[in-house]
Amino acid sequence: MSTARAANGDAPAGEGSGPRQRGTRCLELRGVHKSFGGVRVLEDVDFHLDRGEGVGLLGDNGAGKSTLIKIITGYHQPDRGSLLFDGREVHDLTVQKARELGVETVYQERALAEQQPLWRNIFIGRDITNRAGILDVAQMRRITERLMTEEMGFTSAVLTPDTTVTGLSGGERQGLAIVRALHFEAEIIILDEPTMGLSLKETEKLLHFVEGIRGKEKSAIFIDHNIFHVYSVADRIVILDRGRVAGDFPTSRYKLDELMDIMREVASTGTYSPDRRGNGAAAAESAEGLASA
Amino acid sequence: MSAETAASPGKRAGRSALTEYTQRYASQIGITVAFLLLWAVFIVLAPGTFTSDLIYKSFAQTTPYFAIVAMALTMVIVAGDIDLSFPSIMALGMVGFVWVWDATGSTALGVLSALGVGAAAGLFNGLVVTVVGLPSLVVTIGTQFLFRGLTLVLVAGKSFALVDTRGDPARELLNAKPFGIPMEFWWLLLVAAIAWVLLNRHRLGANTYIIGDNKQTAGLMGIPIARTRIILFVLTGVAAALAGMMNSLQIVNFYPNMGSGYLLPTLAAVFVGGTSVFGGRGSIYGTFIGAFMIGGIAAGIIAVGLTDFWTNLIYGAIILISISIHAILQRRFQR
Repeated sequence: MSTARAANGDAPAGEGSGPRQRGTRCLELRGVHKSFGGVRVLEDVDFHLDRGEGVGLLGDNGAGKSTLIKIITGYHQPDRGSLLFDGREVHDLTVQKARELGVETVYQERALAEQQPLWRNIFIGRDITNRAGILDVAQMRRITERLMTEEMGFTSAVLTPDTTVTGLSGGERQGLAIVRALHFEAEIIILDEPTMGLSLKETEKLLHFVEGIRGKEKSAIFIDHNIFHVYSVADRIVILDRGRVAGDFPTSRYKLDELMDIMREVASTGTYSPDRRGNGAAAAESAEGLASA
Repeated sequence: MSAETAASPGKRAGRSALTEYTQRYASQIGITVAFLLLWAVFIVLAPGTFTSDLIYKSFAQTTPYFAIVAMALTMVIVAGDIDLSFPSIMALGMVGFVWVWDATGSTALGVLSALGVGAAAGLFNGLVVTVVGLPSLVVTIGTQFLFRGLTLVLVAGKSFALVDTRGDPARELLNAKPFGIPMEFWWLLLVAAIAWVLLNRHRLGANTYIIGDNKQTAGLMGIPIARTRIILFVLTGVAAALAGMMNSLQIVNFYPNMGSGYLLPTLAAVFVGGTSVFGGRGSIYGTFIGAFMIGGIAAGIIAVGLTDFWTNLIYGAIILISISIHAILQRRFQR
């Protein structure tokens, strides 16, 4: 994706309402619990995201990152706890509803249909149709073609809107998934391990792109288990550990190596206690950071 | 995702618009060639039969009995499901016809009743598959017995003469021969056109392809998976009831085992037509051609002078050759 332009003429107008200024809280989770077959995956999780903010969600495998994301996207429903979008509580969130609220996700699994042409993949779940449900295939092909050249940087003539996903490289697939998320005027963009399987150069481009999202008053949640990928582009780092929020750290106040120490401590003890670091000033700040945990 | 990845893949360079077209329609082109070859063989070996219009009029009447169901079944299979219960729905729908027709004397109401029973049977399949969460293969093996058993119990194993429906406009609509071409064929054309639009130009079909391709993707992207699958089972039920009615009214008799011979030819038509058993890929056009290949073989074998003993052998060979062609084309054009 050469540019990270979200707004474009063909996209539906942004859904929802209310003032959308930088700094207002666009998403909040309160006391979210989730178990699968008796296994506790999330326990009393509080989380929030402000407009224009980029939050890095870190944690080991099995920490509950993907489940937390799938609750925000409406794929899973929490057992307990509430979700607020723009300050309003939303009950029985579904994927469709979340998308209408402006939540777009680039999944780790990419969420593509491999045997289908690119244009069908761009418009999964929200084809352009008339009132009888008849597809406007020409329009969808046209938009796909434009997105391919302008957003994805697919200049090769052999890739057309009718090419199937099987014909794309890993980076191209990632580009497709990201452009799809952007095309529909997302307010909150969630990237689930977006650097997985990407080359160094592709990763760099991706990080650039995330910076671009924040520049546009969109919010982003960036999930990774590698703090190096997240630190430079996130305003805050939230660390999940075994289903609980172990800490919430603004990157403006924590250096990368401090955070790495904290993560190491969290990984071995499950919590982070600021006193042990023996640094008064930093301890006070981290206590503040932990206040929301 | 970037200029250099897009420019680098040399292996893809040089593919023209023609290759793109061939790739997109490889399966359809393959099945058309196979169909024309088979036809040519029959014309050469039995010119007397295959140059007269009589045999085509016969095909136009008998092939729709299973081709109509094959159209709806193609969509079910593209969604990654299967329905093996439709032969029983063909008969169960006729129970609905006979009862209402008996009670009211109206053939038209009987027709509507049969279609309603077909829809209900399909709804039952769809609900068991999605709500209980069982594989459709297993569920429809069960309902195949269930619906057939229900039919036998409801009519106590009796057959019904339908001679009195003769001359009724509702029956004419299903069995007349306008312009010398059986209504069965006109209905097939209509059903095929509807199925094509639904699968290729409608939201239902768009969702069907994604569900059959990758259910997880479909779920993550918010596609109504259960609703879509249920609708497809209902459509198959309605198609089966329609075909069962045409068949019974044509022979002016309904017997409770009607339809049971159509299971394999219908499935064969879908798979010969290039629809993938794994879901995500399939074409209405392919099924249409496949149905006429399957429908033509039996008559063709007799016409070229072979005994009926050869029929199954040649069926098997043609089915295997066709699906192999599809698999090879698929591998060649999709990397």
